[in-house]
Amino acid sequence: MSNAAGTPGADPGSAPGPVGERRFSETFHFARRNPKLLIGLTIVVGFLLLGLIGPLFIDHGPNQYVGPQTQGPSGEYWLGTTTFGQDVWAQFVYGVRSTFLIGVLGGGVAFVLGTAIGFFAGYRGGIVDEVLNMLTNVVLVLPAMVVLIIAVAYLDARGLVVQAVFIGLTTWPWAARAVRAQTLSLATRDYVDLARLSGRRTWRIITTEIAPNMSSYLVMSFILLFGGAVLTAAGLDFIGLGPTDGVSLGLMLENAVAWSALQLGMWWWFVPPGLAITAIVGSMYILNVGLDEVFNPKLREL
Amino acid sequence: MWRYMGRKLFVYALTFVVAVTINWMIPRFMPGDPVRSMLSRGSVSDPEALERMTAYYNEVFGLDAPLHEQYLSFWAGLFRGDLGISVMFYPEPVVDIILRAVPYTLALLVPAIVLSWIVGNHFGAFAARSKVLDNTILPAGYVLTATPYMWLALLMAWSLGIVAGVFPTAGGYSFALTPGANWEFVSSLIVHWFLPFLSMFVVALGGWAIGMRNMIIYELEDDYATYLRALGAPRRLVRRYAFRNAMLPQITGLAVQLGTIITGALLTEIVFNYPGLGTLVLDSLNNRDFFLLQGIFLFVVVGVLIANFVIDVVYVLIDPRTRVQMTGGSS
Repeated sequence: MSNAAGTPGADPGSAPGPVGERRFSETFHFARRNPKLLIGLTIVVGFLLLGLIGPLFIDHGPNQYVGPQTQGPSGEYWLGTTTFGQDVWAQFVYGVRSTFLIGVLGGGVAFVLGTAIGFFAGYRGGIVDEVLNMLTNVVLVLPAMVVLIIAVAYLDARGLVVQAVFIGLTTWPWAARAVRAQTLSLATRDYVDLARLSGRRTWRIITTEIAPNMSSYLVMSFILLFGGAVLTAAGLDFIGLGPTDGVSLGLMLENAVAWSALQLGMWWWFVPPGLAITAIVGSMYILNVGLDEVFNPKLREL
Repeated sequence: MWRYMGRKLFVYALTFVVAVTINWMIPRFMPGDPVRSMLSRGSVSDPEALERMTAYYNEVFGLDAPLHEQYLSFWAGLFRGDLGISVMFYPEPVVDIILRAVPYTLALLVPAIVLSWIVGNHFGAFAARSKVLDNTILPAGYVLTATPYMWLALLMAWSLGIVAGVFPTAGGYSFALTPGANWEFVSSLIVHWFLPFLSMFVVALGGWAIGMRNMIIYELEDDYATYLRALGAPRRLVRRYAFRNAMLPQITGLAVQLGTIITGALLTEIVFNYPGLGTLVLDSLNNRDFFLLQGIFLFVVVGVLIANFVIDVVYVLIDPRTRVQMTGGSS
């Protein structure tokens, strides 16, 4: 019985109401009891709230020179100040905000591209599949970051959104591959054939018959893309290709290195930003494992 | 088998063409005048030299010729091994500068990739299905894969290099020495190499451990594992069979992860000011030396393609099923 939740498309189409409800409450039942999911979710939500609410309590800009220079953490400046007297805590809080923003935007663009291409290639098959598959393989082999470096280097003014779009354009391939493989296995199921016979449009079949049956898979893909986008953005920021007039955790790392925080022992400048990135992305990944266990009864029995 | 290889080679050739095309397109279709912005940011003070360089770059870009001619001459230059002249180190050719940096990057990359792959796989296989290890190694592995390469490098440079003072934190060798084949120089090389290598190794480790752990769990649920257990085979034997099967996807994973690890190497080098391609990327960005930047891009792409091909060959050699499928599948 518990198998019904994990085998997509066993019979959800026949009686959507009660089965869907039971599936949801069952999922919720296991979700509440999964420590990985709970711990991961708590950390992610904690940082999300920090990024959303934190900046509201700071009355000066994150890059303003407000305090004494090169001071360690204190009651007034929680994470100390930079060599120029900028408030590290303020930069940190704004940086957390932009980290989530870049993750959602960059991961979102990659997700939309990847799933659209994956669905289309897997469902259509034939020459469409061949061409899209070739495209996916080519973009997959190209090292995304190096492409990003030369593409972004030529832009004179860079914003967070532009950065996110570029990241999305280069990191979608593995998602497309994964979604394509799943779609291939679903596309030959009877209920999909039935939908096709009834003359529905391709897009409607994909969105109503195929996508819902791999929804857990899609959620997990998005989380992985989110993490990837955050790490890529941090790397770009670190080599000086970040937003030209913004704050981000990667930019904080770049500045810390550029103004030799290492040699001066100003650990409060470079430890928190990296720690936040690691914590956010790492707990996203752990949350993902938790989700996997909740959705997949085979793993749940552990 | 040849059909399979041919297909792979076709994809790689196509990728190379795409990479070259990107390289050609970006300076021409991005907003702004590449030559002027390059020369204005580059620190050239002598007006006569500036004029000569402007003329030279205008000619190299060939901006007044029709687009298809520009494209063809770009390829022609490429086949002559001509990637242009660097702005930063004028008048040194880009290829020479890159070839000087490549050994350092390879010296970091190859050991880091190979060792982290081997050690990570064994860790992961060991952890799978044993509750205590699973609950410690798995989260640790995920946290490691989520660690930005440059941050761990920073932490190591700070803690082991500056606070503890055990390792040097900048450069590829001590600047007091002149490069040569003596022991002093080699030991200096090794000491400077160790920290960048270690930080890359540690970050890469987590991903392999997780991948292997997940694969082993799937393999242990397979029929052959159940059958072996039913026969009363010892746990170690079952594990060994599962490990061999789980290795195959990990080899494919190696190809997929290559880009990420190379990025990690570039970032780590920047932290340690290691004289490889990463530091070169940063320098050329700061000096707007686009020729050098694009040359590095092509080198990295070619390197990735070669590595991918090697992995493909290894895969075919290791997995007998692919060979059978390939010869039988063509009919």
